[in-house]
Order: sequence, then C-alpha cells, then structure tokens
Amino acid sequence: MLKAGRVLLAAGIASLFVVLQVGAQETAPDVLVKGVTLEVLDLIGKDKDIQSGDQRKLIEVVEAKVLPHFNFTAMTRLAVATNWEKSTADQKKQLTDEFRTLLVRTYSSALSVYRDQKFDFRPLRAKPTDTDVTVHVRISQGGREPVTLEYDMEKTAAGWKVYDVRVVGVSLVANYRTEFANEIRSSGIDGLIKGLAAKNRPAQRAERK
Amino acid sequence: MTQTPTHSFKRLTGSALVAVILIVTSGCATTSGDSRDPFEGFNRSMYGFNQAVDEAVVRPVAQAYKSAVPDIVQTGVRNFFSNLGDIFISVNNLLQGKVIEAANDGLRFAINTTIGGFGVLDWASEMGLEKHNEDFGQTFGRWGVGDGPYFVWPILGSSTARDSVGTVVNIYVDPVSNHRPIAARQVMVLTRAVSRRADLLDASRILEEAALDKYVFERDAYLQRRRNLIYDGSPPKDSRFGPPGDPVASASVRSDGEKLNAEGR
Repeated sequence: MLKAGRVLLAAGIASLFVVLQVGAQETAPDVLVKGVTLEVLDLIGKDKDIQSGDQRKLIEVVEAKVLPHFNFTAMTRLAVATNWEKSTADQKKQLTDEFRTLLVRTYSSALSVYRDQKFDFRPLRAKPTDTDVTVHVRISQGGREPVTLEYDMEKTAAGWKVYDVRVVGVSLVANYRTEFANEIRSSGIDGLIKGLAAKNRPAQRAERK
Repeated sequence: MTQTPTHSFKRLTGSALVAVILIVTSGCATTSGDSRDPFEGFNRSMYGFNQAVDEAVVRPVAQAYKSAVPDIVQTGVRNFFSNLGDIFISVNNLLQGKVIEAANDGLRFAINTTIGGFGVLDWASEMGLEKHNEDFGQTFGRWGVGDGPYFVWPILGSSTARDSVGTVVNIYVDPVSNHRPIAARQVMVLTRAVSRRADLLDASRILEEAALDKYVFERDAYLQRRRNLIYDGSPPKDSRFGPPGDPVASASVRSDGEKLNAEGR
C-alpha cells in the first residue's frame, strides 16, 4: 500500500513537473526576465533580514528564483572554452558546481546594491522564431549614466535559459575566460577547480557568521 | 608639521615616486604572454602599488566620506562635478559626429548650471535629458584608433596607449584642473576623487568577491567596458566573448541546447 502510494506521489510530482516545464517554455524571454527581476526585488524589499544584510538568506532567494533560469553548464563551458573538451565528465561537473556557487554569490551581492533604483525593461527586438536573443534592462540612478544589464538567452526544451550576463557591457563569461585559461595553464584543470573551491569556501564561512 | 602644504605635497609625491620605482624594478617577472598586455610584469607591480595606496588611504577616506557626509550633500557634490564634465562630454559627442547627443549634453549643462544652481541639482535628468559617458579616449577610438597596449598608471589605474593620450587631453582641458587659485584647485580635485571613489565602493567589493586574479579581472573588465563605451553600448558581436578575434568560444555557443537537455538543468 505504502509503496503504491509513493509511486503515485512520484508520478504526480513528475506530471506536475512536466506541466511546469511546458508553462516555462511558453514564457517569452523578456517577460521572463522582467517577472523574475521584479519578483526577486519585491522579495528582497519585503525581507527585513536581507535588508539588514543577511547574505545567506539573499543567496537562498537567488537560488530559488533566479538559478533555475540560468544554464550554468553552458556558462562554464563558454568560460573554460577550449579546455572544456579536455576535461573529464567529473571535472566538468566540479567546474560547473564551483562556478555556479561563485556566480550566485557575486550576483547576490550585486543585487543587494540595487534597491531604490528604477528598472526599465526594454522591449525585445527579436523574431518569434529566434532561439538566441539578448534581453536588455536599464537601471536608472539619478544623475548618473544608467547601468545596463544584458542577458544572453537561448531557447531550450526547458524554456529560455541565460548563458551570459553583461553588466555595463562587461560579459561575465568573457571576463572569466582569461582567468580560467591562466589558471589552467599554470596548474591544470584540477588546479582551477581547487582555486574556485578556495575562493568559494572562505566566503561561505563568512556568511554563516 | 611646520611645512607649507605645497612643500609636504612635494615630499609626498617624491617618496611615492621612489616607492613606485622600487616596486616596478623589483617585479618584472610575471607574464602570461597576453598580446593585449605586453607590459604585464610592470603593470602588475603598478597595480599592486595602486592597491596598497587604495587600501591605506583612498578607500578609508572614501568610506568615511560615504558614511559621514549626508546623502543629499554627496549627491550635490557628485552632480556639481558631473555637470562640469558635461561640457566636454558634449564636445566629444560633437567630435564623433553625434550632433543630437551633443545638443542633449549642452542643454543639460545650460539647465543644470542655471536652475540647477551651478550643477548641484540635476534637473536635466528629471526632464529626460540623459547623462552620457564620453571622453577623448572614446573619441579617438571612434575615429578608428585601436586600444594599443594595456597600461596601468600610478593612482589613475587602468588605461591603454590610446586612452592614456585621451586622459592627457582630458586633464589638459578639464575645468577643474584648470581652476585657479591652485589651493582651491587641489581641494576640488581631491573632493572629486573622493566622491568618485565612494561611488565605486560597492563595485570594488563585488570585484573582490568575484575575481580569482583581481589584476586580470580588472584588466579584462576595463578593456571590455571601453570597447562597449566606444560603440555606445552595441559593439560588434565578435567582441562578446573573450579577447577580440577569439572565434572558438563564439562558435561553440550554438551546440548548447543538447547539453542542456541532457543534463536537465
């Protein structure tokens, strides 16, 4: 009885997942970026702990709301560039996990800077058949020149996924590419994994304080 | 302590110069052979020097300014210098043939200098006249001058051969640097520097968290940023990944869909 119940439950969850996936597929990329951004800003704005600097809680919000829309495997592969094909499956997984942790943390701290600014979501200039688009967001900040955010997104079976973010024209993926190449040249792919892990760990300790 | 301010300033710059020479001559070893950065050994030393100065003096002063000075005063100071900057932003837009943008900047200056009380209030932005970012380095870039080698200057930081020439022209025409008497000019130059550094405190904290090698991260970000500015936000596609002319990475974007589906993320 118990076993059958579990199977049923699993099937229920699986079908729900399929429904959600189909739903995600139909959301246009610019609508998706706007929805997620506004939702996250709203959550941050309402949360007293995050307002007073709880970095761990902020990261939880980013992981729950933002992370599902990023393709970290693609981002890691683009940043590791030619060395990706030389990596084993295990190394690829470790690289992706460590890079994801680093990006989520960086993204979270960048988010915590923006609070009262006005977000301007630009209409998407793309054909409905396009599968690779850039979504533009501008953050106005008084008399200073606006900060631009550009999300490079690709259409996949699981909906639109971000594979690069450009902040004031600086691509995160491109910026990490030279760093990764240097690290791999001097200490190999495992050296890069170790370097990323070392970068991630002290920060995690600091967050728990 | 009995010295005149000018005298102690000279002494300070003198010892700073000695420190720079010592650091630079001691560390010309590290280089990873990046063609954009032939002076990497020198640049890294200079970067280290700048970081030390920043940590010891500039950042603490900027932090104190940010926490002690009321926000409204900080905004006023930022706007005041930003307004003076609009003059040559307008000139540079004109030199690049962007007449409408140049008129926008000229109008910004006219409005903010008059009803904005010498630029302290930025009414022009409220009216929808957007602030631009232009300088002589960008103008030269627009005219077709390439980056040239990356170069790190003492105190001023990241630059390229082209942008260094641009910076010399920027300083030469800068209304603040040309302000007299000298004492008033020093106060203005320092205030502007502190105000600018204070605006970058968040960014430098994020850089600290994000970078494995801060020197490389900052250099690449600078080069990407300048390219983006020269093309006013829409550079040709090949620059989107890595150093210009890196075909491997841009070509590999396409095959991505399969990987994603297979791993179900």
